[in-house]
This record gives sequence, C-alpha cells and structure tokens, in this order.
Amino acid sequence: MSPLYSVFTSLSAWMIPAIIVFIPLYAALRRKVPVYETFVEGAKDGFGTAINIIPHLVGMMVAISMFRSSGALELMLSAVRPLFDWAGIPSEVLPLGILRPLTGAGSLAFTTDLIQTFGPDSMIGRIASTIQGSTDTTLYVLTVYFGAVGIRKSRYALKVGLFSDLVGFFAAILICLYIFG
Amino acid sequence: MVNWIWLFFIVASVIVAAVTGKMDAVTQAAFEGAKSGVTVSFGLISIMVFWLGMMRIAEDAGLLQTLAKMLGPLVRKLFPDVPRNHPAIGYIMSNLSANLFGLGNAATPMGIKAMQELQKLNPNPETATPAMCTLLALNTSSITIIPTTLIAIRMNYGSANPAEIIGTTLAATFVATSAAILADRWYRRKSPPPMAPPASKSTSMKASPQGVGGESVV
Repeated sequence: MSPLYSVFTSLSAWMIPAIIVFIPLYAALRRKVPVYETFVEGAKDGFGTAINIIPHLVGMMVAISMFRSSGALELMLSAVRPLFDWAGIPSEVLPLGILRPLTGAGSLAFTTDLIQTFGPDSMIGRIASTIQGSTDTTLYVLTVYFGAVGIRKSRYALKVGLFSDLVGFFAAILICLYIFG
Repeated sequence: MVNWIWLFFIVASVIVAAVTGKMDAVTQAAFEGAKSGVTVSFGLISIMVFWLGMMRIAEDAGLLQTLAKMLGPLVRKLFPDVPRNHPAIGYIMSNLSANLFGLGNAATPMGIKAMQELQKLNPNPETATPAMCTLLALNTSSITIIPTTLIAIRMNYGSANPAEIIGTTLAATFVATSAAILADRWYRRKSPPPMAPPASKSTSMKASPQGVGGESVV
C-alpha cells in the first residue's frame, strides 16, 4: 500500500471531526456566536428541504426502476455493444455508461459486481472503478438540487451534465487503457 | 428535456415489458422505485438538518465569507453574475470543497443551500439561472480527489493496489469537469439570461415559493 494512500485515508478520516470541532469553536471563541441556538435555528431548514425533494425523487426513481427491470436498458445496450467490440473496448463496462448518470446505488452495485467477477486488478475492474469514481449521478443531482428550490425549467443543465458524463466515461476508458494497457 | 427523458423511460419500459412478458416485474419495479425515492429523501433529512445547522454557525461566524474571499477569484470567473459579497458564494465554495474532499453527505446540503441562495437572485423562480446551471454542472461532474468508496470496495476484493485508481480517476474527473465547464460556457453565451417579469425589481428578493431557506442572512 502506497504511503500516499495512507496519508489520504487518514486525512479523510479526520476531515469531518475536524470541521465539526473547528466551526463551533471558532464561532464561540472569536465571534461570540451562541453556537447551540444558531445550530438549531439553521437546522430547522433541513427538514422542509428534504421533504420538498420527495415528489421529485419518487418520480425519477419510478421511471429509472421501470426502465431497468423491463429490459429496455438491456435492449438499448445491445444496440451499442457491437461498436464497443469494434473499437476494442471491453463491452462489459458499457452498462455503466448508462447507469452512472441515472442511479448512484445501481451503478455502484454494478461496479462492485464487475470487480467481484473480473477482479479489482483486471482491466475491466480498473475501468469500472475509474468510471464510478470520476463522475456523479447527474439525474439525481439535478432532481435534488433543482427540486429543493422549486426550479421547473432546468434549461440546458441536463444537457451539460449528460455531455460531461459521456466525455468522462470515454476519458476513463481511454486513460485506463493507456495507463494500465 | 427532463420531461422527454422521463416519458421515454416509462413508455419504453411498458412497451418492452409487453413484448418480453415482464409486465409484473415492471409494475413491481414502479412501486419499488417510489419506495426508494422516499427512503432516499428520508435519509437526506438527517444529514440536511445536521449540516445546515453547522453551516449556519459557520455563516454567522463569518467563516463562509472568509472561504469565499480565499478562493473568490476562481468562483467569480465561473459565476460572473453573482454579486461579490453574496452569501451564495460562500455556500458554493463549501459545496465545491466538500466535493473535492469526498465528503459526499456534506456536499449535498451545502449545494442545496447554495441553490437556495442563488434562488434569491433569480428574477424568475421557476426557471434555472445560468449560475444555477453552472453549479449543477460542477456537481454532476464532481471533482473528487480520493474516491474512498471505490478504494474500500477494491480492498475488499483483494486488490494488490487498491489506490492505483486515484490517478486515473483524477485525470478522468478533470476531463469530465473541463467538458462540463466548457459546455456550460457555451450554452451560457448562446442563451440570454431569463427575462425578469416586468416590474419585479423591488420584489425579486422575496422568499422562495416553498417558504424554506428564504430567511434573511445575518
């Protein structure tokens, strides 16, 4: 295990506790903020915001869940698969390209499955890890962020998000093939 | 576009299910999906309540303003239409830093809070502003330094070097984020900002329609 890695993991283990201690401590000592009351005051907003998201998230997850279980996703993939074989890209990672922007939990499960089947140090395992780590669940982020403030017209936001997912997907594949190939 | 994608998912599902005879599974999947939508939202309650409380302390202590000053030039370039001292900048900064350090459950509340602040600048509360689209673009391509979850999974399955994907992930995320920023710039230039409804100058600071997050700041 590289020393850099242990630095990173201990850094991320300490990050949250450090933030949680630093913010109230600084506020109380330097700015005389009534920390507990301020916390409660700010926290009140959280409940309503989370509740506002429910209809957006339910609508989106119903559609995604149906799409996956009906076999429509698989059908869509089989149309693209020959292209991947032709380009010499392992087509096992193809479903990730579609799952990743749609469902965080679904694509993580799929990635885990690929890692389990082919091994974490196989090319497929490495590509899947890189894809999973390098972008976020666009549809979820859009639903939650815009849902929380009641935006109905998202304009070009979804196009930008999906475009960057597509670029990230192919970048991950090419970078892995180049570095580990 | 969301409307069409949503419609496509549902219609395609039912058509394919009719052909493959998976109609029962699709019906069940619809309700499973609805259930997980609620479950995920409920899961958000605890982290939203916690982090928004924390962030209010940070805001009152002036920490967000400090953060905004430190990395201000970059953010001002990305969000030219947000006033320099607006609290939205501080929340955008904390959202981006939480993403950067892989603090996923802190990033979402801060991002939502940033959206609520941007909404206060929005002349037309049902339509996303360019600044909102930029914030969304940055979040969908999420710049992460350490993909902790993936490293843990790789370790779990006996990888010889679980952390070897840090470099490739960083490179891929850099490419994806650059693509997002460029596309965002392009659309921003192409489409004019949403027109304010006439005579809304004085009322444009009214609270968001839900009545949450519309509180005065400091």
